[in-house]
Amino acid sequence: MPQKKAVSAPKADGAPAEIVIDSADSTDLKLIVRLDALTTGNAKPKYWKHLLEGSRAHPDQQFFLVARNGTSLTGFIVGEIRAWEFGSPPCGWVFAIAVDPDHRLGAVGSRLFDTVCQRFRKAGVTKVRTMIARDSQLIMSFFRSQGMMAGPFIELEKDLDE
Amino acid sequence: MKLQVATRHALFAVLELAAQADRQIAASDIAEKYSISPNHLAKVLRTLGRAGIVEASRGVGGGYRFCGNAKRLNLLDIIAVFEPIGPAAGGREAGDDTREGRALRLVMNEIEDSTRATLSSITIDTMLKIVRRTTPSTAGAPLRRAVVARSA
Ligand SMILES: CC(C)(COP(=O)(O)OP(=O)(O)OC[C@H]1O[C@@H](n2cnc3c(N)ncnc32)[C@H](O)[C@@H]1OP(=O)(O)O)[C@@H](O)C(=O)NCCC(=O)NCCS
Repeated sequence: MPQKKAVSAPKADGAPAEIVIDSADSTDLKLIVRLDALTTGNAKPKYWKHLLEGSRAHPDQQFFLVARNGTSLTGFIVGEIRAWEFGSPPCGWVFAIAVDPDHRLGAVGSRLFDTVCQRFRKAGVTKVRTMIARDSQLIMSFFRSQGMMAGPFIELEKDLDE
Repeated sequence: MKLQVATRHALFAVLELAAQADRQIAASDIAEKYSISPNHLAKVLRTLGRAGIVEASRGVGGGYRFCGNAKRLNLLDIIAVFEPIGPAAGGREAGDDTREGRALRLVMNEIEDSTRATLSSITIDTMLKIVRRTTPSTAGAPLRRAVVARSA
């Protein structure tokens, strides 16, 4: 596990800081990698760079948004529009979200989610999906609080060396 | 999955009290809304009281008040007060040690795991949002009359 080090400091007076949701750019990459490593215990710089480049190359389909608090980064969300997977009409997929532990429960996650949903709507889709590990109660409670319910698909998998 | 009667009553009582957490509500009002026997509900409320989820208020009018944290308390927390839930809940059964029994257990565990994940991710606060989004059933009133008539 990496050391639990905050990505950004909370405001000294405890007052809610001005959070701005914006598209990520290459200067955010370092902090995104750090926040993800802090959250998941796994640093994957190439993966995030690839997603960031994808969002810049296909801004109508792939969305990489960050929450900024002044110069610091307090969270990010990644989503994309996928069409006709397993017969499903185009829909928005959220496949990563993280908020700096020092800034949680201050609606940063909700604002990131709302903003990515707005982008999906603007792109013409009417459904948003995600997939969550069954034992990730925190993130599952978060998505439930945003009104998400189980959908019509079930994830199946198998070890390939069987 | 079918919940036991006491568990359903507990969930209704908690939702009712948490929806108006600043008020104390008479047990008889809850019993009437959900067509529950007042005696049975009183027992359920005492159990919820011992679990620190609701408290009885003394004095004129009496009644109950929600005293949990609606943003943290989830459906599984409440259900677990009233009935065992999860892989070990059924205890050992005949045939469990056979390969067929173990294969069946594997499939049943898959279902139970996903039930637990669903119930533990829905807080009372989220459940109240789901309630607000749910349209009322027009069949509700006659159904209630029928239930009351049958239990009379
Ligand atoms: C899930 C997460 C994004 C939530 O971010 P956040 O900014 O704290 O969320 P919000 O403040 O907008 O919370 C919205 C709702 O989520 C729910 N929620 C958030 N944290 C919760 C918790 N610890 N327990 C239960 N519910 C919680 C609440 O219902 C909350 O509603 P409220 O604001 O009325 O209390 C954040 O906790 C996080 O980054 N967790 C780790 C995620 C992760 O593992 N990512 C890696 C895989 S992609």
